[in-house]
Amino acid sequence: MRRVNRDARARVSLTLNGRKLAAEAEPRTLLCDFLRHALGATGTHVGCEHGVCGACTVLIDGVATRSCLTLAVQAEGREVRTVESLAAPDGKLNPLQQAFRDHHALQCGFCTPGILMSFTDYLSRNPHASEAEIRDVLSGHLCRCTGYASIVAALKRAARRE
Amino acid sequence: MKPRPFDYVQPDTVEEAVAILAEYGDDARILAGGQSLVPMLNLRIVEARALVDISRISALDVMREVRGKIEIGAAVTQNKLLAWPQLAEKLPLVAAALPHVGHFQTRNKGTVCGSIAHADPSSELPLTLALLGGEVVLKSERGERVLAAEDFQKDMLTTARAPDELIAAVRFPLTKGGGVGRGVAFREVARRHGDFAIVAVAAVVEDKNTVRLGVGGMAGKPMVRRFAREEAAGAIAAWADALEGYEDLHASAAMRRDLFRNLGPLAVTEAIRCAA
Repeated sequence: MRRVNRDARARVSLTLNGRKLAAEAEPRTLLCDFLRHALGATGTHVGCEHGVCGACTVLIDGVATRSCLTLAVQAEGREVRTVESLAAPDGKLNPLQQAFRDHHALQCGFCTPGILMSFTDYLSRNPHASEAEIRDVLSGHLCRCTGYASIVAALKRAARRE
Repeated sequence: MKPRPFDYVQPDTVEEAVAILAEYGDDARILAGGQSLVPMLNLRIVEARALVDISRISALDVMREVRGKIEIGAAVTQNKLLAWPQLAEKLPLVAAALPHVGHFQTRNKGTVCGSIAHADPSSELPLTLALLGGEVVLKSERGERVLAAEDFQKDMLTTARAPDELIAAVRFPLTKGGGVGRGVAFREVARRHGDFAIVAVAAVVEDKNTVRLGVGGMAGKPMVRRFAREEAAGAIAAWADALEGYEDLHASAAMRRDLFRNLGPLAVTEAIRCAA
């Protein structure tokens, strides 16, 4: 049994985008803040902090998860993937990112990292998702620029539906 | 916002979990998927001295068939149940209701038992469990007890769980053979897809003369009634008036009654068509 007192800091070790990293966190530290402040991975954005907007979505053991609804201590030993993992080391965009670029599927870009991570998970399960399925999964994200039409177009391209 | 400080405890077994609950009592909150609890902690609507994280207890991450029921352990996520290949055959109503629960991203973490523990009056899984006549398995250091769904959920966000009890599992009765319980329908109205329902209805065809209808969002807990098929539409309208509904940010009581008067007969018709 693991027990961390409210005033204590626990050492949290995890694999972030293929690298083993560790840092300290209070029990109440959210994973999104741990990624950004303790590990310096600022690609993950923090919007509403109650699971509604989807901006902070990351993959934990391959599964799209709200990092604002996950405690840092819960990620102990897990494999976490963030938007920083998508492009090749030389900066070449992956097909999902390229589709977003080609379709101008981002304006301010705040919601983009979460959407990319959600669909990294979803399209790995359902590579040829229909537009209805894409829209259903996209409903878990809010784009305050309201650029949904071009986001759907990019996702349809990524699912090779057009 | 960020949550206030709390102790974090991660038991490895159910025995350890109930021992911790006995120690902290009312001051502890059980953390499984965290999709309802963590937003409330972040918004500081809820305070806890300790969070007891049961998400890694492997004995709770189990689905199994026990004496005509499907038992779903407390660590089983909504998407895990939704991905179960036999779901549509064994629990067709759950298969119809689950896609309405939150979003793909929250179902990845949110648990079936967690929805039922949270006991939101318009939530899909408590309604489904109540309509099917399911059970909730509660464990504590004092032992185990099994409550019928209708005895478990008392009112809005209020259940019969004692502070030292852990919801170890819930049990959904299997669909019986011969087409009984095969005809099902689930309908809801929400402001946006994935939001909490304003009103949700679920229907099961019991036999060729009778349907069972459940409604969420009209009272503090899901309400269930049986109707003769032919009388359903009129009976639903009268029931909507009797329940009255309630007013909140999303809808007036009159709007809830209207929604129910319209959705109820639709669900009954759809369930009958589905049974045919």
